[in-house]
Amino acid sequence: MWNRFTTPNGMSRRHFMSHMAGASAMWGTSLSLGHSLRVHADTLKKNRKSCILLWMGGGPSTMDIWDLKPGTDNGGPFKAISTSGDVQISEHMPMMAQQMHHMAIVRSMSTREADHNRGRYYMHTGYVPDANVDYPSYGAVVAHELISQRPDLEIPPFVAVGGASEGPGFLGMSWAPFNVTSNGRVRNLEMSVDSDRLNQRRIALETIENSFISQNRGGVLEDHRKVLGKTFDLLTSKQMEAFQVDKEPTDVKERYGTNGFGQGCLLARRLVEAGVAFVEVDLGGWDNHQNIFRTLENDRLPVLDKAMAALTADLQERGLLEDTCIVWMGEFSRTPRINGDAGRDHWARAWSVVVGGGGIKGGQAIGATNDDGTEVVGEPYTSEDVMASVCHALGISLETTFTSRNGRPMKIANSGKLIKGLFA
Amino acid sequence: MMQTSKTQTTYFFAGAWTFLALVLGVLGFHQANAQEESAKASRRVTLPPQTEKIDKAIEASWQDAGIRPSAVEEDLKWCRRVFLDVIGRIPSFDEMSVFMKDKSPDRKLNLLRRLLDEDQYTEEYANHWSTIWANILIGRNGGMEERSLTNRQGMQKYLRDSFANNKPYNTMVHELVTATGSTKPGAENFNGATNFLAMKVNEENAVQATAAVSKIFLGLQVQCTQCHNHPFNQWKQQKFWEFNAFFRQTRALRRFVRGTDDIDHIELINEDFAGEGSHPEKAEIYYTLRNGIAKVAYPVFVDGTAIGKSGYVSEVNRRSELGNLMMESDFLDKTIVNRMWAHFLGYGFTKPIDDLGPHNPVVNIDLFESLAKDFRENSYDLKQLIVWITLSKPYQLSSKMTKDNESDDPSMGELPKFSHFYTRQMTAEQLYASLAIATQANRKGNLEEQQRRREEWMRQFVVAFGTDEGDETTTFNGSIPQGLMMFNGDLIRAAISLEPGTWLNQLSTGKGTPQEKVQFLFIAGLGRKPRPEELTVAAQILAARKGEVGGMLQDMWWAILNSNEFIFNH
Repeated sequence: MWNRFTTPNGMSRRHFMSHMAGASAMWGTSLSLGHSLRVHADTLKKNRKSCILLWMGGGPSTMDIWDLKPGTDNGGPFKAISTSGDVQISEHMPMMAQQMHHMAIVRSMSTREADHNRGRYYMHTGYVPDANVDYPSYGAVVAHELISQRPDLEIPPFVAVGGASEGPGFLGMSWAPFNVTSNGRVRNLEMSVDSDRLNQRRIALETIENSFISQNRGGVLEDHRKVLGKTFDLLTSKQMEAFQVDKEPTDVKERYGTNGFGQGCLLARRLVEAGVAFVEVDLGGWDNHQNIFRTLENDRLPVLDKAMAALTADLQERGLLEDTCIVWMGEFSRTPRINGDAGRDHWARAWSVVVGGGGIKGGQAIGATNDDGTEVVGEPYTSEDVMASVCHALGISLETTFTSRNGRPMKIANSGKLIKGLFA
Repeated sequence: MMQTSKTQTTYFFAGAWTFLALVLGVLGFHQANAQEESAKASRRVTLPPQTEKIDKAIEASWQDAGIRPSAVEEDLKWCRRVFLDVIGRIPSFDEMSVFMKDKSPDRKLNLLRRLLDEDQYTEEYANHWSTIWANILIGRNGGMEERSLTNRQGMQKYLRDSFANNKPYNTMVHELVTATGSTKPGAENFNGATNFLAMKVNEENAVQATAAVSKIFLGLQVQCTQCHNHPFNQWKQQKFWEFNAFFRQTRALRRFVRGTDDIDHIELINEDFAGEGSHPEKAEIYYTLRNGIAKVAYPVFVDGTAIGKSGYVSEVNRRSELGNLMMESDFLDKTIVNRMWAHFLGYGFTKPIDDLGPHNPVVNIDLFESLAKDFRENSYDLKQLIVWITLSKPYQLSSKMTKDNESDDPSMGELPKFSHFYTRQMTAEQLYASLAIATQANRKGNLEEQQRRREEWMRQFVVAFGTDEGDETTTFNGSIPQGLMMFNGDLIRAAISLEPGTWLNQLSTGKGTPQEKVQFLFIAGLGRKPRPEELTVAAQILAARKGEVGGMLQDMWWAILNSNEFIFNH
């Protein structure tokens, strides 16, 4: 049998390729489905919702940014300034001050996780770490729920820019964040063979994969196959151009700030335009146990202010803000009391997050903290509530329920409630 | 100090190999295997009593849970597992042959003895475990950033020497916790063990050292109690600061390149601690409750044992005292047994493995505690522990689930019952080393150059979280970046290169039919012969490539290396 195939006329090229095509359908690629779905694409695009999470790794001091207490013992040196909305924010956020009519500050966040890893997990998933269930993060949940709005998307629906984000949990690795650096460079994208040969390799790989999967050795193997399928899609996709943030005009790049976070936010806008459902952009360096005010004033806040303001304005100008939800938060905030090193330590009991876009009513502050910033006044909100509100803004039903394979039902956003007043 | 290993120079193919002989050998060993199975049944396998204890306890727990285990895995697959888990790579063709030719009922034990005791594997064994431990002690990124004062080479050197000499585990822990000296190899007073704490003692009053030592060696998660009494953890804020007080004599001093402002290395020293109230004879520290009230703390170990309060090193060397107290703690034994069990079986007795707090459920608790005691009584010999676990029934089982044990799936939130082998992805390091052995790529230069090259390669997968604690994660987790690397990365390009001198070139130009060559690829990569449908695809590709064997072998080898069967430990 073998010898027959080793002769050049054993099988024609066309015959071989038709074998390839048949087998390739088993991979579940969108190649054969593409046409019929594209008809609906324009309608879908109109109602296509997306989310951009600006993740502040380390735990930013919201008392020095969004909820100032000038003149009090805990207040620190920063002054409050008026904004285009009905709220005041830090004097070191002058550009954002012009955009606040789009954004709402939730000043009554009260959470219990003040360790980085636990806090990051909790704010990303709505659940505290649990040894027995791996919960999916925001990005995975949103991508999973909104994927049907973007049938022609060939690039990953969940992209993490300049940071790690959190994993897809029980939804499986095919919903994992696609991690890229803030300049959008994707490693190992250049295939050294032509598409015919790539296809041949794909068939060979698929043959080996499938027989192993059929041996019932665990769900991770099926995930591996799905990820391979997505990797093949991405290799040949024109949509990858969305990652080329360098192609933006110089003045646009400068408007966002020529630093990692600035370019990351610009990349986020490009990705949302290309149809990505969830983009997380990371800005670290908020773990300011020492010299917090100098660090904020000279370093972190100028970077944040410029990029966040440019992103908000840009989305608005392009008519995307209505369908794109912006979320600003970290894993917790920092102690109202200023420590001996002119820093602030971890504090989760009373703090702020900022949300806007996607139909959220901007220009307002919801809830408040007491005079020294240590406690929430009125109804406290949690990670679950923020997540539920963001899902609502994206048109995802709060009745959505996931079932883990062991049969445990789990409501989206861990049954969080809508934050009152966010929606008109 | 370390032997130059034979594996450095041993090629994948034994000397001037002849291809046909090898393939015949392979076909032969499957027959030998069948004969052996029947012969073996009549002879008894030697098992250490600890292994029998594991088997008994785990079998009883299957019965309690009403599940039945999967079949015992073929010996060759067990061999692949053991190579991956013990020395960090798949076996070479030669090594598989040697294993299969061993007709003794104790051939598994014989293989373990080779891997653990023979000089030719000392270096790989030490390298594998030093990499694992460097990641635990200083993180994947520790010493890799530009401004880092951790010397990764120094850390690795200490660990390599420790594992090469099979240093008792308790001795290693004592050395790491009490180390003084310079971080950098070649510097005066060099002591690589100092790299563990070098970057964890100066900032924030050694909070990081407190959290790392308690978590890594005692399985106690205390970092949350730094600021408040944790609601789910019996550890209280007081305990955190009492543990912290052990580290307050420790300083990491910057040593400069002579005549410049450039930092050359760190020297970790113990110096007199005046306390925060300036009473060195009773050197206290203060911490603040959430309500703002200040409290005082002195060094007290987790079991309540207090040591002298003096801050003078000549009177009380606090880290030394801590090291001694840790040696007495059974948390020390349990933490390492849990870590090693999880390394081999995929899950520990607790999840996560470094949280043994009273709030966290433990599976097979009697076995767990008994193994911990055995480990202490056997002089903290890690190699013995490896033998006990790898010869045990749960480690021998197939990863193929059956209807009777499908419910045993810890990834779905079930507590592990170890009734089948849990399929898991190779680590990035295992993959790197396996590609090297399977392709002879990236094996140029001495050990340190190879290690540096590997670490450079590893960096592409590390993503930081942006906190002061240097938290990080890896994208080598089965997601798309890993997929792209396996499709197109430099390592894969080298692995499938047909340049003269590469092994694929040797294979493609050597003797043998295309079919035999494809068989060889499957055995080398996956430890099995190709299935009929896989041979058919190879034949089709060969036809599409108009009979060019090299190109076909390239494509098949690319597919094998990318397959789940290669990249997972199963």
